[in-house]
Amino acid sequence: MSAAARVEASQRPVLEMRHISKTFGPVRALHDVSLTVNAGELHALMGENGAGKSTLMKVLSGAYRPDAGGEILIDGAPVASGDPIKARAQGIAVIYQELSLAPNLTVAQNIFLGNEPRRFGIVDRDQCNRRAKEIIERLGVSFSARALVSSLSLGERQLVEIARALSTSARIIVMDEPTTSLTSRETDRLFEVIGALKAQGIAIIYISHRMEEVYQLADRVSVLRDSGYVGTLERADLNASRLVSMMVGRDLSAFYKKDHRPPDSQRRIALSVRGMSDGGLLKDCSFDLYHGEVLALAGLVGSGRTELARLIFGADRRSAGELELDGKPIAITSPREALEAGIAYLTEDRKELGLFLDMSIADNINMGVLAKDARAGGFRDFTAAERRAAKAIADLSIRTRSAQANAGSLSGGNQQKVLLARLLETEPRVVILDEPTRGVDVGAKSEIYRLIDSLAGRGIAILMISSELPEVIGVADRVLVMRDGAIAGEVTASEGRPLRQEEIMELATGAAKEGPTR
Amino acid sequence: MTDSSTVAKAADQAAVRSRRLRTAFAALGMLPVLVLLAVGFQFINPRFLTGTNLLIVSQQSSINIVLAAGMTFVILTGGIDLSVGSILAASAMVAVLVSLVPDWGMLAIPAAILLGLGFGVINGLLVAYIKLPPFIVTLGSLTAVRGVARLLGEDTTVFNSDLPFDFIGNGSLFGIPWLVIIALTVVVLSWLVLKRTVLGTWIYAVGGNAEAARLTGIKVPLVLLFVYGVSGLLAGLGGVMSAARLYAANGLQLGQSYELDAIAAVILGGTSFVGGVGSIWGTLIGGLIIAVLSNGLILAGVSDIWQYIIKGLVIIVAVALDRYRLQAGART
Repeated sequence: MSAAARVEASQRPVLEMRHISKTFGPVRALHDVSLTVNAGELHALMGENGAGKSTLMKVLSGAYRPDAGGEILIDGAPVASGDPIKARAQGIAVIYQELSLAPNLTVAQNIFLGNEPRRFGIVDRDQCNRRAKEIIERLGVSFSARALVSSLSLGERQLVEIARALSTSARIIVMDEPTTSLTSRETDRLFEVIGALKAQGIAIIYISHRMEEVYQLADRVSVLRDSGYVGTLERADLNASRLVSMMVGRDLSAFYKKDHRPPDSQRRIALSVRGMSDGGLLKDCSFDLYHGEVLALAGLVGSGRTELARLIFGADRRSAGELELDGKPIAITSPREALEAGIAYLTEDRKELGLFLDMSIADNINMGVLAKDARAGGFRDFTAAERRAAKAIADLSIRTRSAQANAGSLSGGNQQKVLLARLLETEPRVVILDEPTRGVDVGAKSEIYRLIDSLAGRGIAILMISSELPEVIGVADRVLVMRDGAIAGEVTASEGRPLRQEEIMELATGAAKEGPTR
Repeated sequence: MTDSSTVAKAADQAAVRSRRLRTAFAALGMLPVLVLLAVGFQFINPRFLTGTNLLIVSQQSSINIVLAAGMTFVILTGGIDLSVGSILAASAMVAVLVSLVPDWGMLAIPAAILLGLGFGVINGLLVAYIKLPPFIVTLGSLTAVRGVARLLGEDTTVFNSDLPFDFIGNGSLFGIPWLVIIALTVVVLSWLVLKRTVLGTWIYAVGGNAEAARLTGIKVPLVLLFVYGVSGLLAGLGGVMSAARLYAANGLQLGQSYELDAIAAVILGGTSFVGGVGSIWGTLIGGLIIAVLSNGLILAGVSDIWQYIIKGLVIIVAVALDRYRLQAGART
C-alpha cells in the first residue's frame, strides 16, 4: 500500500457513534457522547473510573440500548442498537478485562464457541482445528490450536480472545485494560499483534489507565469525564499534563507528593526480614524496613513480590525465615497474628481477595475491628461502626451516597480507598501495599499517594509493591528489586542523584549482572 | 457546613431506609406467593382460612422452620447440611429412650439437643479443619447418623405414652402451641445472632468472600464450626419436638428427606446458594409456603402422588420468578 493510499484508508471512519446518551432511572451514565473511529487506527479511550467508558462500550457491543436520539453507524450505515448478536455480525468484538474463555476446552473450540463450523449438522472438528490454526498463525502465535486453554498463560489467553474476534471477521475490536495481568514480555507480544491487526485495517478501541501504553500505541486519544465527552487529541498533540488535566478537569502539578522526610542515620528498624523462603519460588529473602520510610518492592511480574508480602503477612506457609518487629522476634503463622502484631496488608486483587461486595461500605471498613468494638456478649456496636465509617469516608474522600451502600456499587478507586480504610482502622505500624493504585483512576491515584505520604510522615513503615516505575520513583524513598524469587539488589537515592528507572530495570531483568549475553 | 452535613445525613438515612426496604423486599419477596397460595386454597376449600386450620399449618411448619433456621446459617457461609433429617431421627430416639428412665425423664431434652450439637460439631470439624467439601461431609453423616438412629432403638419403634415433656408437642400457652412458640423463638434468636452480633457479620463475610475474610483476620474455621454446630443443635431440638408430638420415634422412617424441605425453605426465602446474601425472615416465609402447600393440597383432596409433583414445581417456579424479579431490579 502506498503512503498516500494508507493515509486515505486510515482516515476513513469505520465507526461513528453520534449523540449517545444512556440513563438508568435517575442516573445519567452517558450524556451526548460522540466518537469517530477510523479503519486501521488505534483509538485510545481514557478517563477516570466511572467516567462512562465501560457504558459506552456496552452500548457499542449491544449490551445496552442507548436513549432515543443516539445512533451508531458502521461504514455510514446505521446499526440496530441494543442487540449483541447483530453487533457481532456487524464486526464489533469486545475483549473484556475478565476473560470469557472456557478453560476446559481447546483453543480451537474456544475460538469457534457458539459459532462452530458444521457439516451435516455436526461440529466439523477438522475444519474447526484447521481454521483456528490459520487464524492463530496470522497472529504469529506459538501455541497449538489443540492446546487446552487451561494450559495457557494469561497473555496467551488474551490472544485466544483476539483470535476469536478475528474468526467472526471483526473490524472493530474493543480491548478493555488488556495488559493488566500480563508480564512485560506478553505485553510486547500483544503490542506486536495489535500492530498486525492495524495493518489489516482493523480499528482498535483501547481502554487503558497506563499513560505509557497510550503514548506508545495510540493514533488518537479520546477522553471522557463525568459521563460526557471532553475531547480528542491527535498523536502529535499528546502530552501528559494535557491528558491528565482533560481527565481530571484540573491541573495536577503535584501528582506525586513527597512531603515526609526519609529517615536519616538515626532511623529505627521497624521490620526486619531474615531468610524468608517458601520452599518454592522464594529463596532466602532478607531486608530491613525503617519507621517513616516508603520502601518500594519492584520487579517483573512473577518475580515473587506478592509471594514475599503474603509470607510476611502469614497468609501462606513459609519453609524458613524469621521476622523481628521493633527489635523483638515475632512468630506469625496467620494473617490474624500479623494484624495483632501491627502488620497490615493491602491485597493486589481487591475483588477476589479484599472486598465483601455484597456488604455495606460501613461493614467493609469495620470488618477488621468488629471484635475490638464489640459490646458485652459479642453484640455489635453499630454507633462505633457508623462513626468509624463516617470518619474514614471523610478522611479518604470516598465518593459514595451513603455508608450503607454496597461496596460493589463503588468505582475501582473508591473500592481501593475502602480497603485502605479497613487497613488503617487496625492501627498498623507496618503497612504492606500490593499494587495500591492498580485499576484506579488518576484522581484516586493522587489521593492514595497523598495518603501514603502522610502515613510515612506519621512514622509508619510502608512496603509498597508496584509495577509502575514512575510510581516507584515518585513515591518511594528506597527501592528493593526482586528477580526470580530473590532480592536482586537495592536502589537508593542520594543528594543530587534521584532514583533512576534504568537502574531498577537493569536489576529486575538481570541485565546489570549478566550483561548482553543472549 | 451544617447544610452539607444535614444533607449528607439525610442521604444516609435515605440509603439506610432504601437498604432496609430492599432487604425487607428480598426477604418478603415470597410473601405475595404465600398470600396467593392461601387465597387460592381458600377458594377451593373454605375450611382453609379458619383459625383451627391455620394453627395446624403453623404447627406442621414449626419443625421444618427450626431445621431451616439452622440451614440458613450453613447456607449463608456457602455450605450445605444434608444430615439434619438423620440427626433429628437420632435425637428423637435418644429423647424417647431417656424419657423412659424413671425420675430423670426431663433429661431427655438436653440429652437430645446435645447429641444433635455433637453431630453438628463433627460435621463442622471435618469441614473447617480437614477442609472437606460440605456436601460430601454431610452426605456421609446423612447415612452414618441414620445408622446410629436405627442402632439406638435396635431398629424398632420406641414408645413412651407417658412422655414427661409431651406438652411441647401437644400443649399450648395462651392458645399458641408450644411448637409454634419454639419455632418463632428460634427465628428471633437467629435474627439476633445474624444481624446484631459480630459473629453474625463474620458469617456473612465468610459466605461472601472466605479468602478475604481470612486476610481480614477473621477466624474462618471457627465460624464454620459454629454454623454446623448450630445446624446440628437445632436438628436435635427438632428431634425433641418430633418425639414430643408423636410419643414415639423410629430410627428408620423419622426425618426422612427433612433436609430437602429445610433447604427448600431457605432457598424459597431468597438466601443465595453460594452464600453471603439472605435473611432468616425469608426462611420463615419459605417454611410457611411449604406448609401451606402441603396442608392446602390435602384439603383440596389432591392425591399424595400429585402433592409431590405440585410441591416440586411450585418451588422451582417460585425461585425462577424471584430470580427474574431480582435481575429486573438490578438493571435499574
